Parts: sequence; structure tokens; C-alpha cells
Amino acid sequence: MLLQLEGSQAISRAIALCRPGVICAYPITPQTHIVEDLGQLIHSGELKNCDYINVESEMAALSVTIGSQAAGVRSYTATSSQGLLYMIEAVYNASGLELPIVMTLGNRAIGSPINIWNDHSDAMSVRDAGWIMLFPETNQEAADLHIQAFKIAEVVKCPVMVCVDGFILTHAYERVDIPSQEIVDDFLPLYKPHVSLDTKNQLAIGTMVPPEYFMEVRYLAHKRQSEALGIIDCVGKKFQEKFGRQSGELIRTYNTENADTIIIAMGSVLGTIKDTVDELNAQGGKFGVVSIVSYRPFPAEAIKAAIGNAKRVVVLEKALAVGIGGILSKEVELVLRDTKAKVVSTIVGLGGRIITKKMLADYLLQDHYEAEVFLGLNNETVEREHKSIKSCCCKQKVNQ
Amino acid sequence: MTTLTIGNRLDKEDTAVQSEHDRKNTLTSGHRACQGCGEALGARCVIDAAYKATNGKIAVVNATGCLEVFSCIYPENSWQVPWLHSLFGNAPAVATGVASAFRVSGDNDMRVIAQGGDGATCDIGMGCLSGMFDRNDDVLYVCYDNQAYMNTGVQRSSATPIYTRTATTLPTAGYIGNAIGTGKNVPEIAMAHGIPYVATASIANIRDMEEKVLKAISIRGARYLHVHVPCPLGWGYQPSETIRVARMAVECGLFPLFEAENGVLVGSTPVDNPKPVEEYLRTQRRFAHLFGKNAPADAIEAIQRIASGNIEKYKLSGGF
Repeated sequence: MLLQLEGSQAISRAIALCRPGVICAYPITPQTHIVEDLGQLIHSGELKNCDYINVESEMAALSVTIGSQAAGVRSYTATSSQGLLYMIEAVYNASGLELPIVMTLGNRAIGSPINIWNDHSDAMSVRDAGWIMLFPETNQEAADLHIQAFKIAEVVKCPVMVCVDGFILTHAYERVDIPSQEIVDDFLPLYKPHVSLDTKNQLAIGTMVPPEYFMEVRYLAHKRQSEALGIIDCVGKKFQEKFGRQSGELIRTYNTENADTIIIAMGSVLGTIKDTVDELNAQGGKFGVVSIVSYRPFPAEAIKAAIGNAKRVVVLEKALAVGIGGILSKEVELVLRDTKAKVVSTIVGLGGRIITKKMLADYLLQDHYEAEVFLGLNNETVEREHKSIKSCCCKQKVNQ
Repeated sequence: MTTLTIGNRLDKEDTAVQSEHDRKNTLTSGHRACQGCGEALGARCVIDAAYKATNGKIAVVNATGCLEVFSCIYPENSWQVPWLHSLFGNAPAVATGVASAFRVSGDNDMRVIAQGGDGATCDIGMGCLSGMFDRNDDVLYVCYDNQAYMNTGVQRSSATPIYTRTATTLPTAGYIGNAIGTGKNVPEIAMAHGIPYVATASIANIRDMEEKVLKAISIRGARYLHVHVPCPLGWGYQPSETIRVARMAVECGLFPLFEAENGVLVGSTPVDNPKPVEEYLRTQRRFAHLFGKNAPADAIEAIQRIASGNIEKYKLSGGF
């Protein structure tokens, strides 16, 4: 059914259709509307046979879902930014225990300085935590990816984080198709746990693993994630077959054939990028776009194939690894190391800094690209505030 | 209070779970606890009693710590019940999730016990524990209190008694050890949440501990049991002395045995003719610096005041 919904509501409706048994959350902007709406759906009786638990911290939120999922019930939680960092120990734990929890991450910057607006710093801080991480582009895709997430998680036996741009998606109203319960039930059957705290089939879950076995455990997690590439692709295709629209899969390409320059990005900024590319191409430009939906596992082969013979790859990313630069761009660079494509790292939109079509068009039309660019940076502020380190403790001049 | 006369022992109904030949032995032999480990004994007695009370319908959530490490190193496992370990500081929340899953699945007979040491309970897991109490989740939380971080090598916790020598409160000239005026009383913090049942127990009084477990199991909602478990390694005494040391802590009033319901003290085990704390302190090397030539003045008196305060506060001279 087509409904005019806030992104958070679209996500909560999709979650409800997946029939979770336990939902647990601690409020943090911009995730709040999702869990508020789910609370209402449960307390009004619309979502039945589901426990809603208000907890005292994000650490508890994910820990409760670890407990409920380990006891064999489909479980969900949501967080953002600082909240993700507060639960990070449990983030690693959930994937280590192979629990197919689904969590929404309302992407938000990480402080200090405190900032509630959107970027991808939070997601990037857990990129090695062993979760599958999916980035939807629109509210429709955000809703759809949550339905797919439970399926992927339960097949792969790995938790899935759906990384939804805070405010830009979570708080924006758009027309979204919310599928019927019947079709979702058909796509996502009732959860059959692979582990549970059952007295008949008694298990000790979460034992200490000594050096003799630890490397194998880690390697198998890595191997399973590479196998998950095929599962994510397959689930996306199955979804399209059943629901009649393309959502998810590993990557999506836009005008990549015959493109000289390909822009790679994740999440909601892709809409602005595609509009910009349309305008530039109408004036004779040769720009294409690759949207990365599955950030973990990283779809290296799919990206390489999509780049083809493009001369230049501009990675637009909303995160920064202080001390080295872009994160996604480094990974893309690694994937394309045997090709002729030059990868340009472009940091944009940190802490909710606006990204406009004009800004992108001016940037993409320049002849010479620096290897690393902070797009939209106010140089006046930087020059005023920057106090260069003049000398080291040994009184020698510092190389600038 | 039950006594250990021959008559009682022969009466099946008054027999301790631990003395039954067919007890489950939920924490079975072969684990890697130190000789004389109070925690291993406490955990086995508590879970055996809970196992019997529920007909085996229990799942156990364990915090990180000695108990987790010595009982469950892959591919070995001493637990004879469904068992889950997640992290150091989140056992109460994980247990909440397990209880919630059982409820949603309609498996209402299944009961959940969370357990951890004093570090997991009084320090790093305090937030999650308080949250579990606040929501009155259907979890029995058991703290095995050996009064320091034994698993990491005997460092101070907020359950470490004053003037104790630990690896992080090593007495030196001018420093007497863990400072007076510090520490927290977690059973009372639990009581302040108004949860249905709070009790303390000692491995020196297994019958009393088992009764408290049975009572806790008979109640729904958040329950808290704080068990005193001496540690030969961390406290510095011979492994064969564990029960005696535990008993002395009770008999001098330093570890009062009491029960509370809905935040109100409802009973305590009387201590007849309380022994001086000095006798208890002298059994352990962690208090050795309080005696001898360079002993600080008034330290024993300060500890004695705590014991005497307990005797009054928890009505250990009788009064229930």
C-alpha cells in the first residue's frame, strides 16, 4: 500500500511486518522515531506477540537482543552515533556469537564536538566488527532492506546493520510502498533458530576459545561473509521478483557504460549525485555512478566490473579516518589497484554539512583533481583556527 | 533455621540438595577452578538447587570472570544446563532478553538465572543490573562475591573491604590499603529498587543458601542473591580453609545473612556471641599488614565497628 510516511515510520512498519519477538531500544537522535513508532505498534496491539523493552543504555539494548536472539527469538534494535560506540563491545559479541540480530543505525556524526547531524562516522567505526552492513539510498529502499536484512541474517547466521542516513532519510516524508503481511510472510518465513537455550539440546554458548581454535573461528567468520555476497545478491533478486521493485543487492550502477568518470558513494547522497550527473551528461559529460549497497561484505568484484574502463573514480564519502584520510576511497583504491582508473578521495558532508548539486557539478567539471579533497570546506575558518606546530621537543624545525 | 542434627539429615524433606546422591551436579567436575574455590562451590550449590526447584527448566547467563573462564574453555564445558556467556558488564541485560524470549515463545516454565562475580555485579555491570531491577524483569541474579577481581590477578573492586591488600591497593609506608569510607552495599542497592526478593548467603551455610534459592525461584520478577565466596588465592589462606574462613566472616558479623522482600528487611540469621573480627582477619594474608610491629593504629577497631554496625542494623542478635 502506498503511504505518505516519515522514513522512520516506513522502517518501523517494515520491521513490524517481519514479526520480531523482541524489540529493545534506548533513545538517541536520530533513531528515536523508529523505536517510538514500534512501541506504538506493539502497545496498540497492531504488532502482536512481541515484547517491547525500554532499557537504560545502548549497551543494554543490544545485550537484551543478544539474550533474546540466543534464546531463539527474532530480535531487533536501533541506535545511532554515540549509542553505537556505547554498545560497541556487544556489537562485536553479537557477530562472534553468530546471532542474526537486525539493527538499524540512524547514521550520525561522532563527537567530540557533539553533533547530531548526518554522516557515516558511526558506521565506519564498526566496519570490522563482523556485521553485514547495508546502506539504503531512499526511504523505500530503507524499508525494503530491513525485510531483506532478516532473511540475509538468518541465512548467513550473522547480524545485519541497516545504515540509514539520519534526518535525511529517517525524518523525511516520502511516498513509500508498504507491502502486505501475506507477501512478507511468504518472503520471510518464521524464524527457525540455529542455536537456542533449549533444555533438550543443551548448549554452552559463548565459551572461551583458546589459541588452538581462535584463528579458525575468525577465518570462518571472514569466509562466511564472502559467501554472504552471493546471498545478498540472491535475496535482492528474489525480492525484486516478489515485490516488483529493485531494492538492495550488492551495488547498483547508473550510466556507467562509456563513462569516463564514475562516482562511488553510499546512502542518500546518491540522489543528489544522480541528478547532478544527469545534468552534466545532458551537456555532453561522461559521468556514471556506482551505489554501494553492501558495504560489508565489500563487493570488490562487482565494483571492479562496474568501473570497467573508466579513467577516473571519484569516491564521495561522509567519513574521515583522521591521520590517513578517506576510508571507502582506500578500499576502492585497493580493489582497483590493477586497473588504470585513478581514484580520488573526496570527503563531503561531515556532521550534516549540506551537499548541493552546484557544489558537486563545479567539483566534477574541474580539469585537475587533487588526490584528496575536502569538498565544501570553509578555508577561511581553517586558516583562522589552525595553529601550526612550529617545532618539536628537540627544537628542530618541523617538516610541514 | 534448620540444624544439622542426625534427625534432620535423615528426614528426606530436610535434606540438602547437595547431600542427595542424585543431585544434578550442574557444574560438573573437571573444570579448572583453583583448589578450595569458594565460587565454584557456591555456583554449583545455587544452580543445583535451582535445577531441582524448576525440574531442570533453567537457563544460565554468565558474566565474564573466573566462573566463566574456569568452567568453559572450548572444547570443554562443565555446565549441565543451557548456558550463555556474552560479556563482562551485560549479564543482567542478556538475561532480560533470554527471559523475554521464553515469555514470547510461551515457554513460561523456563526460568533464567544470571550470575557473575563482584566485579561484574557491583562495578562494570551495575548499570545493566539496576536496569533489570528497575523493570522487575523475571531474572534471578546471583553475585558470587570474593571481594576483588580475582580473574585478572586480585585487583580492588567496589566490594573489596576496607584496609584490604589487593594488587592495586598494596599497603606501603603511609598507605594502609583499600581506603576506609569506600565500597558499596549492593544487596541494599538492590533493596532500594523495591524488587520482590533480596538475600545474602554464605557457602558456609549451604542449607540456608539453598532455602534462599528455592524461595527466590518461587517468586517471579527481579530477585537478587549475594553469596559470600572466599578465594584462597586472592585472600591468602590454605585451600582447605575456605569453609572455615567463610563461616568466620558470618560469625563475626562482617558478612550478615539476611533476607528482604519488596525493599524491606524481613529476616536475618542470628549470630550468637559474635566473635571478634580480629580472629577472622588473622586467617588471611590480605590483612596481614594490620598486625605486627608496623601495624596501623585503630585499623582493627574500624573493621570491628563495621561488624558491630551490621549486628545492629540487620538484627543479628535476634529480633526477627
